Amino acid sequence: MAGALTVDIVGPDRILWSGTAERVIAPSVEGEIGLLANHEPILSLLRSGTVRVRGESGDWSEFPIKSGFVSFDHNIVNIVAEPADTHED
Amino acid sequence: MGGQQRVYRQKIRSTQSLKKIFRAMELIAASRIGKARARVAAATPYSQAITRAISAVSIHSDVDHPLTSKRTDTTKVAVLVVSADRGMAGAYSANAIRAAERLRLNLERDGKEVVQYVAGRRAVSYYSFRHRELAGKWTGASDSPVVETATEIADALYQAFTAAAEDGGVSEIQIVYTHFTSMVTQEPRVIRLLPLEIVEGVAEPGEDVEPLYEFEPSAEEVLDTLLPRYIQARIYSCLLQSAASELASRQRAMNTAVSNAEDIIRQYTRLANTARQSEITQEISEIVSGADALAAS
Repeated sequence: MAGALTVDIVGPDRILWSGTAERVIAPSVEGEIGLLANHEPILSLLRSGTVRVRGESGDWSEFPIKSGFVSFDHNIVNIVAEPADTHED
Repeated sequence: MGGQQRVYRQKIRSTQSLKKIFRAMELIAASRIGKARARVAAATPYSQAITRAISAVSIHSDVDHPLTSKRTDTTKVAVLVVSADRGMAGAYSANAIRAAERLRLNLERDGKEVVQYVAGRRAVSYYSFRHRELAGKWTGASDSPVVETATEIADALYQAFTAAAEDGGVSEIQIVYTHFTSMVTQEPRVIRLLPLEIVEGVAEPGEDVEPLYEFEPSAEEVLDTLLPRYIQARIYSCLLQSAASELASRQRAMNTAVSNAEDIIRQYTRLANTARQSEITQEISEIVSGADALAAS
């Protein structure tokens, strides 16, 4: 199995999630993008949707976002997101 | 009680109530500063991530984006000064404004024209007193800035930067803010927001392997979307830094004010005691000399 990813998901005023993960799935503007270790460096804009992170223990964390971008370089994933308002009904 | 004494007592009383006010303001600043620092810390990863991404785009792509290259069609430079809304923060606002004035001199020496943007009431009154034209001003809540203010400022600056030369477009955006180094050190800093400076955090691309970045949808579009957000994030972090610096300065200034008030109280208490004592001495000598005069007659 390939190595783990270092993932940081940050919102404008706080860190939403930080740690190591096995894979990250994000809603890019051109379709869902799945990131595993040793992906080629990429910088992609995100549309509204859900960012999903699979931690090393195999549990999924989900973050609904409004917009943002993901950057991937040397197994470091940075997701900068404007979180969608989850409490708005 | 003699008139002299009454004057001293009055001064002591008014200084005492001032001291209470200073103490209260010191405590308020001290209680807010923790929160302000936490907000700085919480917003830093976002602005760092976005800065890193922007530098990645400008380094790893050969996009000749208008926002990253120097404009030559105009000599105007937008300068944003971040200061406090209220005084009583020592030299906080004065330092920021002085740094801005220095920057202005330097820019004007280079043949550039400064378009002034101002945040914080102190700087607004400084410039309006000198009849300088302000291109934009934002006041209110300088000690706990909100994202909306940052967005407003960013929109205004971004518009100025993208506007045509005849519509008042600017070729550079500079920000003067006060960097919060620690509780005792805050220094005014000048940063150039646009055109981009090479930012730390991204390794220079080596000659051997050019790391191929893939941009989705395209480098231009990524830059188009990221730049306004980058400006917004940087301005927001400047506002937060300045807010923390303002509170720290205010706490220190008020602390000094409290000990000065104590000094004054001590001094006037001594003077009042001397006055009282000399009055008593005078009364005694009057009585004694009066009694002497009676006995002699």
